[in-house]
Parts: sequence; structure tokens; C-alpha cells
Amino acid sequence: MTAQLEVVAAGPLISLQDAGRRGGLRYGISPSGPMDPDAFAAAHAALGNAAGSTAVEVSLGGITLKGQAAPMTLALTGGAFEVDHAGTKTSTPQVLTLRPGETLSLRAGARGSWAYIAVAGAFEAASWMDSTATQTVTGLGGAMITTGTRLTVIDPQVRPDRIGFLPDPPAAQGPIRVVMGPQDHHFTAAARQTFLEGAFSVSPAYDRMGMRLNGPRLTPNGALSIPSEPVLRGAVQVSGDGVPTVLMADHQSTGGYPKIATVVSADWGRLAQHRADDTLQFEALPAQEAFALARAHHASQMAYHEALAMPRGSLADRLMRENLIHGRTDDVID
Amino acid sequence: MPRMPTCTPVADYGVLVTFADMFEAGAHARIRALDQALSHAPIEGVTEWVPALVNLMVVFDPLQTDHGAVTQAVEHLLLEADVAPTSGQTCVIDVCYDAPFAPDLAAVAKTTGMSRDGVINAHLSGDYDVLMFGFAPGYGYLGGVPDAIYVPRKSAAVPGVPAGAVMIADRQCLVTTLTMPTGWSVIGRSPTQILTGAADAPTAFQVGDRVQFNRISADDMARQGVTP
Repeated sequence: MTAQLEVVAAGPLISLQDAGRRGGLRYGISPSGPMDPDAFAAAHAALGNAAGSTAVEVSLGGITLKGQAAPMTLALTGGAFEVDHAGTKTSTPQVLTLRPGETLSLRAGARGSWAYIAVAGAFEAASWMDSTATQTVTGLGGAMITTGTRLTVIDPQVRPDRIGFLPDPPAAQGPIRVVMGPQDHHFTAAARQTFLEGAFSVSPAYDRMGMRLNGPRLTPNGALSIPSEPVLRGAVQVSGDGVPTVLMADHQSTGGYPKIATVVSADWGRLAQHRADDTLQFEALPAQEAFALARAHHASQMAYHEALAMPRGSLADRLMRENLIHGRTDDVID
Repeated sequence: MPRMPTCTPVADYGVLVTFADMFEAGAHARIRALDQALSHAPIEGVTEWVPALVNLMVVFDPLQTDHGAVTQAVEHLLLEADVAPTSGQTCVIDVCYDAPFAPDLAAVAKTTGMSRDGVINAHLSGDYDVLMFGFAPGYGYLGGVPDAIYVPRKSAAVPGVPAGAVMIADRQCLVTTLTMPTGWSVIGRSPTQILTGAADAPTAFQVGDRVQFNRISADDMARQGVTP
């Protein structure tokens, strides 16, 4: 049994993504996968899906979908996006059931750049090199989603116990954490200090390949000729004119610009949710502390997933549970 | 100047093992030896690794291991792998140098002071090493372009160069897999699909393999369904 989601309208850079493609870098193939891995994982956790299943990644351009053939429960997570479900206006994160003929819109809200739509069931998606992640530059794997696309959902399910608004993800604020290098020695001490103390903002040149930053110039130390070398997501590469660009999910696998620092994995999603003109600062961590941070971040995400997995159920169920939590069962009106 | 190779941490998920500042064959042989050693003796928590011109990037899961453990394991492999790498396979790639497929052949002939056939024969005589993949999926950088046909990169990229373009710049040759802009000189077209996407071997050749080119005619191209 299948159902469809008809894409009535879609902005640019909307694609199918799984957790990303491993093992491709040595062949020039970037990992792709979600720009905000935390919000992507939360969408699946909210439905009890297998981690890393295929989801729709929605850009700031927004999307309007129409359900067809069968009802299906959807989880909507990510930056604070506005949700319009058959005329009822709410916001992410939440789980709802879309019935045939109903329309669902996600539009950019107060903040955030990326939202995720996971389904109870499975999106039909083209696998390439064992992954359905779409490499948006080449179109390899998965699919780009544009107006007129029809998404097929295999084995669509309705999960009444999951419906409702979701708790917000663990708050993370403050500077974006980096480990300096691997080519910070190509920069003067003054340029390194400027990188850590300066205020940067996201330029409009931001897509799934990279995020170019506005702010102070980070002029490299003398004439540079680095042979093209492997680069990873999070690398802050600095072009000859001193402009930093943070490499994102669809980055090129190699590059010849010096990398002053690399963003730690725990802050990938938080960084990706910035928009053009949002400001940000960087803070350097010793490499050893970056591991402690990775593990603490993982633990807090797992705790969040447990909260997401709690059945939300009917309104009466939810009132009962909240009253139980607050020890006021006697207030429940039957 | 630190002693080579050096292991540099990359955020909480990589170690960059650098063997030289500039490309040289000896350092690249050591990169290939480490590449082979990693595939024979996988390091716990390492998810993939990327051999390149002067260094090799080891990527790992920070929830399973850390720089210290990965660096120690890499250094151990370097002690054992400090020998010549096993030579790879030789891959023969068909190429058609006929006019419609070779927009820059005349310009390369002019720059190098050779005839068109002279450029073609020099290119065919090359014994190419697959040095690394980069830039775009399946873009393999082949070293070993004969000095006689050395041409620099163009000052501006030309848009819309089709997949299968056989092109040269500096000391390197590349067969494209996608329609992309490029500043390299296109001297032929190959009907061979370099990027296959197969899960176990997504490209027709690997780093460490050798490539030889085999001349085919425009009729051969037409028989394989490739038109200019």
C-alpha cells in the first residue's frame, strides 16, 4: 500500500536526505545528508522510525504538500517554521496526520534555515552508493524536490499516540565551537585572534555546499600554494582575499585553500540553522575537549529522543500524564 | 619544520597525515602504502580515509575513538607500511581525439609547437598514475602527462564542458564525469563511464591504479551512442 504527497509549491534546495553517504570521499563524493543532523534525527525519533531513514529537507523557500490516497502521520522538526495544516496555523516541532485532500505548508518562521518532514512509513527514494542522500550539486542519489514532484510513501501509517506538539530541542547558544587547524599555521597570530574575537555574519552566499561569512578579513600569511588536499564538513577555509567559508554537507571533497579551523560535529546543526545576516562568533577548543563535547552532545540528544518517544496520545491522555507528572491526578475531569 | 609525516587533528572527527609540502613521487608512494595498510588493518572507529597528493585524511566517529588513539594506530601502521605500495591494476580508457570531441587540440598543438597527431601520440604514450579524486564525484587526477604537451590552465573557465571530456592542465590529465565548467584543455572524449556508482567500486579506477589511453575513431564513438 502506498500514498502520495503532491508537491503543490516548493522553494529552491529542497531534497530527500538520509543520514549521509559514507566512504565516498576517496572517490570525490561528499557525504551530503542533513544540514541539521539533530533536527533530522529528532523527526525520526518522534515517529519511532529507524534512525537515518529518508526524510524531506525543507529550505527557507518553504513547501506546500497535498496528501493523496491514504492518511499518514508526519513529524515536522527543524528551525522555527510556520505550519499551515488545512487552514490551521501552528509551528514546528510537531507531529500531525495529513489526510487525503488536505494541504500542509511549511514556511520560514522567526528563525532557522532548514526543516525536516519525516513520515510514518517510508519515502520511496533512489539509492546511489548505498544512500538516498541527494547531492544537490550533481543530483546524484535521492531526489531534488520541486513544484510538481510526487513523493510516494510506502506503507503509510497513522499513529494517534504520536500526534501533538513536541518539546523544544535542548537549548544551545553561544559561540560556534571549533578546533584550530589543520592549517592555522598559515595565518599570523593577529589573523587567528581576529578569527576568534571578530563578529561574523552569514552572507547570502549560503547553500548546501558552504556558508560564506561577512566580517573581518583573515589574510593568509604570505603567498600560498597548498596542493589540493582532502577537506571535511565544518572546515573554515579562507580564500586568497581573506574571506572565510564554512564547508557544509555537499562540500567538494578536496580543496587548496588553507583551513584556519574546523567546526566541531556537535555544532554542525546549530551553525546550519543560521540565516543570511545572522551574526556568529567562534570559540576554539583543545582537540581533547572536543571529544567530551561530542559525547555530551550525543547524550543530550538521546535524552531528547526519549522525551520525543513518549506517547502523546489523545488530549485526555496528555492531560492525565501532565497531571500525573505534577502529582495532581485529582484535578482530572473525566 | 616538523618531521614528516605529521598527524594534525581536524575538529573531533579527523586526523590529517601529511607526508610532504609539495607533490613528489616518493611521498605519494608512502601515501599509497598507508592507504593499503588501512584497508588491510582497519582501525576501530575509523569510517573512511582519503588519499590525496601530499597527505591522507583519516575520518572517524568521535563517539567511538579519538585523535590520540587514531594517531597512535596510524603511526603504528606507518612503521609497518614504510615500504613500497603494491602496484595497482592497469585500466585502459578509450578516447576519441577527432575534431568535434577535441575543441582545444589545435590550441595545444600551437602552444607546444607540435602537430595534432604529435599531441595525440604524446598523450597516448603517457603512463598515468591515479593520484587522487577531488573537485567533483569521480574526478580522478592522473599524473604522468609527458612534458612535451605541458600546457597551463586557461585564464578563465569554459562553461558546459560535457561528461567524458579528456583534458590536460599542468602535469595532470582528467576524464570528467559531469557537465561542468573547466579551465583545462579538452583534447578528446571518452565513452567510458568513470563514475559507476557501484557500492563496492564507484569508479572505473582507484587511487594507485595506472591508466593507459587507447585511441578510437568517431565511428567507434557513434557505435557506442556518443555524439559530439
